[in-house]
Amino acid sequence: MAQYQNIFNRIQVDVPAHGGVPIDDTTWPRLLKPRMSRFLGRFGDSQVGPVYLGTTGLISLICGFIAIEIIGLNMLASVNWDFVQFVRQLPWLALEPPGPEYGISIPPLNEGGWWLMAGFFLTTSILLWWVRMYRRARALGLGTHVAWAFAAAIWLYLVLGFLRPLLMGSWSEAVPFGIFPHLDWTAAFSIRYGNLFYNPFHMLSIAFLYGSALLFAMHGATILATGRYGAHREIEQIVDRGTAAERGALFWRWTMGFNATIESIHRWAWWFAVLCPLTGGIGILITGTVVDNWYAWGLEYGLVPPYPGDGLGDPAQGGG
Amino acid sequence: MSTKCNIGPLLTLTAAALLSACERPPIEATQTGYRGTGMAHIVNPRAQVADDGYPASLPAMPDSGPRAGDVYQNVQVLGDLSVAQFTRLMTAMTAWVSPEAGCNYCHNPQNLASDDVYTKVVSRRMIEMTRDINEDWSSHVGAAGVNCYTCHRGNNVPEYIWFADANVQSRMATHAGNLRGQNQPVRAVGYSSLPVDSFSTYLTATDAPRARIIPTTVYADGGATIQETEAVYGLMMHVSESVGVNCTFCHNTASFQNWDNSNPARRSAWFGVEMLRALNESYLTPLQGTYPEHRLGPTGDAPKAYCLTCHQGQSKPLGGGDAVSAYPSLAGRP
Repeated sequence: MAQYQNIFNRIQVDVPAHGGVPIDDTTWPRLLKPRMSRFLGRFGDSQVGPVYLGTTGLISLICGFIAIEIIGLNMLASVNWDFVQFVRQLPWLALEPPGPEYGISIPPLNEGGWWLMAGFFLTTSILLWWVRMYRRARALGLGTHVAWAFAAAIWLYLVLGFLRPLLMGSWSEAVPFGIFPHLDWTAAFSIRYGNLFYNPFHMLSIAFLYGSALLFAMHGATILATGRYGAHREIEQIVDRGTAAERGALFWRWTMGFNATIESIHRWAWWFAVLCPLTGGIGILITGTVVDNWYAWGLEYGLVPPYPGDGLGDPAQGGG
Repeated sequence: MSTKCNIGPLLTLTAAALLSACERPPIEATQTGYRGTGMAHIVNPRAQVADDGYPASLPAMPDSGPRAGDVYQNVQVLGDLSVAQFTRLMTAMTAWVSPEAGCNYCHNPQNLASDDVYTKVVSRRMIEMTRDINEDWSSHVGAAGVNCYTCHRGNNVPEYIWFADANVQSRMATHAGNLRGQNQPVRAVGYSSLPVDSFSTYLTATDAPRARIIPTTVYADGGATIQETEAVYGLMMHVSESVGVNCTFCHNTASFQNWDNSNPARRSAWFGVEMLRALNESYLTPLQGTYPEHRLGPTGDAPKAYCLTCHQGQSKPLGGGDAVSAYPSLAGRP
């Protein structure tokens, strides 16, 4: 079958750009005259624009820019404004949260005040971007699934940087802004609370994370594999039985005895993706506020396998 | 229609970049803990130090004749050795510590008994420290013990010493860029972004806080902050980097805290930390007033010891070689 007969193909059509469907509810004009990009066409649609910025989008971008500036200039200051060292040491540099001595008060700028300010602007930016996604979906007459999926990610972000520190009574519990520093923070967090792998919500989060990757691979592969039978022509498939989608469904019944439908596979994917940060956020929120040592918790509930050791005990208490 | 694009060179370049930090197999892995826990000691046989330059032991001398303390003036330690034994040890020390400058690095050639060269005062204290280590810290150094060469390796000043970090303080007083004592790529903490000066907190005094942050209770009741945790984590990265091993050399990572599941090496390391606290407190820090200014750190503190000072990347310094039985006086024995 020639490629052009399949709507899932890699052909780039060079025609006058389309401005998009007309809608009533628009306060801002559509910006950027649409144009074609052969390069972007290799990865997605070759048409760039139009863009809708809107008030929330504009304020969100400004707040995001301020946050990045505060973080970046603090990093640059920490290497004595040496741009070469800034580039060389960038993975190590960070804007650190206030020390434990400040609790949830507002500290001096260079003692964590900058961090608090950057966090405020970044959070404002993210929340406004969420409002923009919700509003744009509504304006187009779409469901708000994308906005709620984004909200799940925002939940985890807020737990890590705002809600848990608030419950712990200290900004110092929050994550630093930095590449290696936020990774070292993550490892330190797990060590401090006795191994996060024994946290059941962490387990769920990992299951949904890996599950999302698996579902993504299964679904993407199924659609690409059935495209040659016109899997996109869903209405016709109802009449013309036994073609693409039905072959896909039969393939999964053959191989694992059960198949999702063309509709439900997207609910599977959405829920797996959304539950990953939702469960992860719960796991973080109860760590340190409720449970102090997940290994000890796991021992209490029979989760931890007993490993034989030399049993000599703690040398500080005379062991060994 | 299709566009051909040669990605071969790009792939080769990417693969080369990704693999550049890898060491080629085979590696030697020795299981050190219960199966399935990943507790293994991994060694690249091609990266082993072939020769650590340790000078051959000098022939033993008889314990007869007059005592060094009776013949020479101002012999405050080692005075109970025979003159021959005393001279032998001085010769060995010269090879260990000042092979180029020779005797005059510590002694005034006009008057060998004089204490007016500061290095002589320091080295006397170092001999006392070496004896203390060999006599009282066999829990860490074992039977192999230590001598001057364990740290000095032929250098006047051991290559690996530490000072309180001045860089940490330097941005505190300004308006931005507070590092909060971390986020610097240095070997002392294994090039992590963890706090670089945990040593001042944990290694300077016997009554300093213990490097313990993981609670033994299930439910939350205060406890260590994330910052304290990162400081201890930084110290552990130092141990790992200095000793040339992974976390699992000592720990079963199911629980870093649990002692019963840990390897005996962790106990040895624990005594090592205790030893460093005692040595820095009793011997190294008090020498601050003895050193000239150029030997002091950026904040004016005396040079101090940490794991890297002796280990220098090996799980046993000098490959575990015996450092003391040829020189029993360094263990307080005749």
